[in-house]
Amino acid sequence: MSDAAHAHDDHGHHAHPTGIMRWLTTTNHKDIGSLYLWFSLIMLFTAGSMALLIRSELFEPGMQLMHPDFFNQLTTMHGLIMIFGVIMPAFTGFANWQVPLMIGAPDMAFPRMNNWSFWLLPVAGIMLLGSFWLPGGAVAGGWTMYPPLFIQGGVSYDLTILAVHIMGLSSIMGSINIITTILNMRAPGLTLMKMPMFVWTWLITAYLLIATMPVLAGAVTMLLTDRNFGTHFFNAAGGGDPVMFQHIFWFFGHPEVYILILPAFGIVSQIIPTFSRKPLFGYASMVYATASIAILSFTVWAHHMFAVGMPVAAQLFFMFSTMLIAVPTGVKVFNWVATMWKGSLTFETPMLFAIAFVCLFTIGGFSGLVLAMAPVDIQLQDTYYVVAHFHYVLVSGALFSIFAGIYYWLPKWTGHMYNETLGKTHFWLSVIGMNIVFFPMHFLGLAGMPRRIPDYALQFTEFNQIATVGAFIFGFSQLVFLVLVLKTIKGGAKASDQVWEGAQGLEWTVPSPAPYHTFETAPVVK
Amino acid sequence: MSLAQTDKYYLPQPSLWPIIGSVALLTMAVGGVMTMHEINHGLWVLLAGLAVLFFMMFGWFGEVIRDSEAGRYNKQVDSSYRWSMSWFIFSEVMFFAAFFGALFYTRVLSVPWLGESDTMQQLWPTFKAAWPTAGPGLTADGLKFTPMEAWGIPAINTLLLLSSGVTVTWAHWGLKKNNRMQLILGLGMTVTLGVVFLCLQAYEYHHAYTEMGLTLGAGVYGATFFMLTGFHGFHVLVGTTMLIVMLLRSIAGHFTAEHHFAFEAVSWYWHFVDVVWVLLFILVYWLI
Repeated sequence: MSDAAHAHDDHGHHAHPTGIMRWLTTTNHKDIGSLYLWFSLIMLFTAGSMALLIRSELFEPGMQLMHPDFFNQLTTMHGLIMIFGVIMPAFTGFANWQVPLMIGAPDMAFPRMNNWSFWLLPVAGIMLLGSFWLPGGAVAGGWTMYPPLFIQGGVSYDLTILAVHIMGLSSIMGSINIITTILNMRAPGLTLMKMPMFVWTWLITAYLLIATMPVLAGAVTMLLTDRNFGTHFFNAAGGGDPVMFQHIFWFFGHPEVYILILPAFGIVSQIIPTFSRKPLFGYASMVYATASIAILSFTVWAHHMFAVGMPVAAQLFFMFSTMLIAVPTGVKVFNWVATMWKGSLTFETPMLFAIAFVCLFTIGGFSGLVLAMAPVDIQLQDTYYVVAHFHYVLVSGALFSIFAGIYYWLPKWTGHMYNETLGKTHFWLSVIGMNIVFFPMHFLGLAGMPRRIPDYALQFTEFNQIATVGAFIFGFSQLVFLVLVLKTIKGGAKASDQVWEGAQGLEWTVPSPAPYHTFETAPVVK
Repeated sequence: MSLAQTDKYYLPQPSLWPIIGSVALLTMAVGGVMTMHEINHGLWVLLAGLAVLFFMMFGWFGEVIRDSEAGRYNKQVDSSYRWSMSWFIFSEVMFFAAFFGALFYTRVLSVPWLGESDTMQQLWPTFKAAWPTAGPGLTADGLKFTPMEAWGIPAINTLLLLSSGVTVTWAHWGLKKNNRMQLILGLGMTVTLGVVFLCLQAYEYHHAYTEMGLTLGAGVYGATFFMLTGFHGFHVLVGTTMLIVMLLRSIAGHFTAEHHFAFEAVSWYWHFVDVVWVLLFILVYWLI
């Protein structure tokens, strides 16, 4: 009976749709990983162009190019898209490609749901970007969506709320898929404490996403009902409190910044051992540090709100808990450095980006410590110092790790080596450009220039002009990356299965390019 | 029905259902925004999106049920479903946590603050910062409401839901003993209890709106009351729908004594909804 039913219902491995239908209907983790990564790249150029418009307006004091409200729309959408449309999808793309390859699984645990997790993102993208053409333009209330301002906007504000719901749905489904794959589909013998660090960091990231995305959904739902259905969650006249939104939002928002950086830690922890030709120093402490960061991330949210007013005891609590996170983060940085110590180092592009990550992310971490101090933060709140801080963490942190990961695994994905000269050109232009944009922002912030303002006082002019020049160098050097990726897909030197001399792990045991189906029979790990 | 165990992890063929789901959600979102801004035909767009979503769920879940009944899900797939359902319920816990958090924050912190500061005393000198409240501004404007009493319909509803937790477990025992009659009877009772719960809640809402002045707009008490009980009620509706599907599948002869995770997942979900209700009963209805 079962054999007959099987023979009747099983359509076998043929009849795969081709063309656009392949991508719309795919249930293959590699296809879906590529979709995520392409989506992320397109959004990088979209939100990056917004950043260049912002920097162009800020080249000189006074209003040059645009209406202030359009400037606010650009800063808001730049933030929302870079976070939800670039960094998160890129890491999910890596997870899709790499987690099954690194744990010896045939695919993700739920291939159809995996497809839906991706195809919800373009829906949210259409809603966010489409709102530029609606009456009143796109959202201009800042990516943090604070009421009462956010309650007062037009149509696009509701559209953005629903887009956040849909992106949350995508993240939750994607995370459930990843966490289930990691917990249930590892090759025999691959115990938790033998897993590659990238897999560990994604396991913990997925947990953070499942814990916090629903809280964000709750927060924006309250915004939606305050806007449209007469509730008073955030209105003191009705007994509510606008500050309550900030508490709920940052309960999501602070773990979110670790969602944006933990997979980066994972990627860097794969790359540095490979090019140091040494195993990762302090593997177990790396795992525990990652877990500690994740747990602590739930206890620090109000450090985003020191200036808004709270009891002194609360300020002290959030200040010290925030500083505490520097301990496990320091463990990680020291471990990366110790991995390189006395290694046989070579400096291919992935390693260059990984080293830049360690140096520059640490600068972002230190400015974070400065901001963690409540008395200092009250001075620096909403200044360019904060902008400098989180761009060091997110650009030279998260984004550089994504570049590092692309260079590292692209030969495995495409079967071709990338052009090392182009790669190094991209690296040096990026690292120099990035520092020219964001380093002067520290000075601007300390001098008191507020963020999210299209105009500024005359004395801030020079540093702003330097930053704008850097932004154009950084922005246009990403075209080098685009050319490199396209060239690598089309051709180039044949990559070996091992690709990198010092690389360890299951993904290097399959051919390059990785076949459409891998590990249909699980490998055994000793 | 034979459920063969295969040694390979089942990988489904390419599927159109997810992209249909995406189209559905885009249509619903656009329709929803149109409706909220009173743009013509918005409601129709919303309903069209909802119809596509239902079509997608029928198709997609149908495919999963056929896969399962054809014996394509081995023990490892079963284990995937268990992990994923647990994590899904955890995400639901966090969703409710946001609203319980809002209730806690307003009751314990922000409403008392409204009565403490000098500014507030100047603005609304007669305001008494005590729960339940519609807030200083709305109260000054003459908004009056009666808070919901715990020991009427809410207490009966507590009894109904707690009993339904028992009946669904009894049904599960029946399934494990291969006693179809007990399974179907238990599920039938659970569904009935769920439906009666929903009817009573609908009545309670109607009563609140028409006679108690208690609406979604009745300040932060009304907002937290209706959002918490409303989202819970929606979850009861979803749970009841899933139980009905389980009932129909049981009648159609699906599930075996060993292999019936769909049933267990629904019962986990049902118990979760039950626990949320107990918290609601204590924190929203009882302790005011």
